[in-house]
Amino acid sequence: MQFERAHNHTWRKIKSGLACGIAFVSAVLVISPLGLVFFYLLVNGAGSVNWDFFTKLPAPVGAVGGGMANAIVGTLELLAFAGVIGIPTGVLGGVYLAEYGSARINSFLRFLADVLNGIPSITWGVVVYGLVVLRFKGFSAYAGGLALGLIMIPLILRTTEEVILLVPNGYREAALALGVSRWKTIVHIVMKTASKGIITGILLALARVGGETAPLLFTAFGNRFWNHSLSQPIAALPLQIFTYAISPYDDWHRQAWAGALVLVTGVFCVNVTVRILTRGRTASVV
Amino acid sequence: MARPSRFGDKAFEWLTLAMALTVVVLVVLIGWQLWRGSTLAIQKFGFHFLTTSTWDPVAEQFGALPFIYGTLVSSLIALLIAVPLGIATAAYLTELAPLWIRQPLVSLIEMLAAIPSVILGLWGIFVMIPWLRDYPFPFLKRFFGWIPLFSGPIYGPCMFAGGIIIAIMILPIITSVSREILRSVPDLQREAAYALGATRWEATRIAVLSYAKKGLFGAVILGLGRALGETMAVTMVIGNTPQIAASLFKPGYTLASVIANEFTEATTDMYLQALFEVGLVLFGTTILVNLLAQLLLRTIAVKSATRAVQ
Repeated sequence: MQFERAHNHTWRKIKSGLACGIAFVSAVLVISPLGLVFFYLLVNGAGSVNWDFFTKLPAPVGAVGGGMANAIVGTLELLAFAGVIGIPTGVLGGVYLAEYGSARINSFLRFLADVLNGIPSITWGVVVYGLVVLRFKGFSAYAGGLALGLIMIPLILRTTEEVILLVPNGYREAALALGVSRWKTIVHIVMKTASKGIITGILLALARVGGETAPLLFTAFGNRFWNHSLSQPIAALPLQIFTYAISPYDDWHRQAWAGALVLVTGVFCVNVTVRILTRGRTASVV
Repeated sequence: MARPSRFGDKAFEWLTLAMALTVVVLVVLIGWQLWRGSTLAIQKFGFHFLTTSTWDPVAEQFGALPFIYGTLVSSLIALLIAVPLGIATAAYLTELAPLWIRQPLVSLIEMLAAIPSVILGLWGIFVMIPWLRDYPFPFLKRFFGWIPLFSGPIYGPCMFAGGIIIAIMILPIITSVSREILRSVPDLQREAAYALGATRWEATRIAVLSYAKKGLFGAVILGLGRALGETMAVTMVIGNTPQIAASLFKPGYTLASVIANEFTEATTDMYLQALFEVGLVLFGTTILVNLLAQLLLRTIAVKSATRAVQ
């Protein structure tokens, strides 16, 4: 009897250890793609990231060399345009959810924003195609920027709301008690206190849409040359990577790897910046 | 003292309200635009659009069944891989792992989530598919070839590869949402189990995982929503052939990838209409799945919060 109980206990201990081991292996498997993707990006891409890559236009088929200067600038232009649409809308909408509105309306709006964050990004491409491209008879930088901007709205709205809710009520009360009007309290006290968090949300949203390809396929469309007008098709880094990756040419594949390395580096830089920003945030009030 | 003007306050409130209401406008706009873009196709094909499998742009015959099938099968494969791994990782992160390892792991998972889809697709084409074709697939075929799922020639780009790449894409969201849910399980649960002499794993299984069952289900459904709509990476590895085949080694096609591939090539109005309808089907499905996920996750949050108060 005594022996049996001891044996049973050992067995349970072993089982617990095994379960921990399996969970550990799962965790390793989950993050292994990160390491593998990064490793192969460096191996295949690093050799083609050079001065030409950042300064030259794509080379014609068969010609060696060339770069993605137009795609890099194109992505930045698209992000700027998307930001003009997405940032003010998202931030002010988030302010409304955190500062005004009844609990019922707010939970409904929050719900819709979460649902919007979950719909496939290609849907935005189709919608903007119908809205802009069909109407104005052509692919354009406007359409691409609009698609990315619309994706940013619910993302930024939710993060802004969350960080504004973290601002202690005492701040608002102190300002209001001094006779500051409500909107000035919100803009100068509340939003200023939460500014780090708001900027974090904006940066994350920009990093997220900067890597989007699907919404750009039939809005920005891509361009092998410099874009001279926002009403013309424009190149974007993710689009160019896609086109090159599915092409049959080895030289284009090399370019695709290089483009991917540059894009991932950009996205990761933003993420690391954000992490440093938020580390400061936990130390201060918000 | 003069009363300060209320105009600024009102104006600001209305401005922020207008901005917040854009989410309503956007949902309506998407639905309306997709509906308007596909009315002709809906009238012409009716319900058959969802149940027939001819996709012939030349004869203007469109049936979306192969895409619906491809989307469901690839998402199912993805869930079969990602759910156990994601939940086990979440349990590891909240219950089993040494404390010092938790935060770095969470950061790494966030980094994985930040990799753009197109880059994972690029890696899928040139690294994952050749590897799958050379090692795991022949192995599966040799030992499980008698099951129709693993029979037939191995091409490379196929349904199985599509499922695996989707699994990688949805693992971060399943893991991090599950982690949030396990974290929200009250410590009393764990303490009670340990007080009864449970081992670490027993406490996790009995007191934490079973307590959080419904929330974990919500996390899985949220993952399904992402899986259904995953576009670029899948398009690059699934093979893009509209067919319904028993073997997972055969190429397939998904709702999202047919839009990505054929939209700019749609030369006739009806072709474009059919693609808009595919978009409408995709939008409808993901919205329903997301609604379900949000409802599941919300009731959980409320319930665990009230329980914690009690």
